[in-house]
Amino acid sequence: MMIYRINIDGKSFNCPEGQTVLIAMTRTGNTFLPVGCCSGGCGVCKVIVLKGDYETKVMSRAKVSIEEEAKGIALACRILPASDLTICRVKA
Amino acid sequence: MRKGVIRPGHIQLRVMDMEEALKHYRDLIGLIEVDRDDKGRVYLKGWTEVDKYSVVLVESDTPGLDFIGFKVLNEKVLNGLKNDLIDYGCEVFEHEAGELDSCGRRVCFVTPTGHTFELYAEKEQTGKWGLAKINPDPWPLNLTGMKAERFDHCLLMGPNVPATKMLFSEVLGFDLSEQVVTPDNTIAGAFMSCSMKAHDIAFVECPDFGKLHHVSFHLETWQDLLKAADLLTMTETKKDIGPTRHGLTSGQTVYFFDRSGNRNEVFCGGDYHYPDHPPVTWKAEDLGKAIFYHELVIHPTYLEVLT
Repeated sequence: MMIYRINIDGKSFNCPEGQTVLIAMTRTGNTFLPVGCCSGGCGVCKVIVLKGDYETKVMSRAKVSIEEEAKGIALACRILPASDLTICRVKA
Repeated sequence: MRKGVIRPGHIQLRVMDMEEALKHYRDLIGLIEVDRDDKGRVYLKGWTEVDKYSVVLVESDTPGLDFIGFKVLNEKVLNGLKNDLIDYGCEVFEHEAGELDSCGRRVCFVTPTGHTFELYAEKEQTGKWGLAKINPDPWPLNLTGMKAERFDHCLLMGPNVPATKMLFSEVLGFDLSEQVVTPDNTIAGAFMSCSMKAHDIAFVECPDFGKLHHVSFHLETWQDLLKAADLLTMTETKKDIGPTRHGLTSGQTVYFFDRSGNRNEVFCGGDYHYPDHPPVTWKAEDLGKAIFYHELVIHPTYLEVLT
């Protein structure tokens, strides 16, 4: 299984393939991002991906617009990394 | 004074993936799927409910609440309340009978908190699910998951809670059963009843209009809450908090999220309310105790995670 390194605001943690960034963060005991519904609905874990490849599961359009999504903005609870990622928190 | 509103009768909830939502509401919470319509909506009910359905799921790219419907005694009451809403200054519109399956015409209005409510008098009654009409057993076989008994109430968040409380008490005849008041004596939380329940609807102040805090389903006992929480872990469903006790209503609770981020509650127990009871009052500065009586603090996202 691939293990990806997630870098956020100068700190980092591991995210196994198939796990979302937010779940990996909580399982590694980190609290860089707020944890809300973990289902793509509430938007509290909004981030921008500055570097790396990823896929996203469905996210509320009220929280991430089409334009934002095109710029790399996503909800950490919906991001499945496909490489190491560098991300930065975006205030919801 | 009561004006013929009986109970919260249905809620239409937006979900982002219907199959995921059905795994949650039908298979995990244990609601019974009773119907689907040509708009793709799925209708469900708790097994103890006599009316045909109480939860309507609709697929959308944005989760949250479309509307909540209260059943009233009869058509005469419905017409009277429609006129009362108009006289009070509400903008009222109607859906014709059949727009929701098996439901009569619905009189709709938007509260000052930005939530769409509707009143209706008629809905097909199919009886308690799985029970005989004569000599019924106490519960049916073949229930699944948490075996939720009924859709019980919602907590909605938005601005203008005092004005919304006024509308529900003066026009719709709800009682204020419990309240949260700020140091300057403003109502920040209104828990309102049209029955003997501690609340049939609750409003809490927040800056954004029309937000859903949670949809609540009734379970029978504290032991059922424990097993519901077990099921959350078994199904990798995100739990918010619990099992624990509320100060407000003194109900027992587990909070969790559906697969679209709408917060759900299963709860049991709690206080009762008669129309001559004065409201139970909680101080906003003691909100931790009011909401989570054991923890005494509110976790940071509890009042911010909304759909």
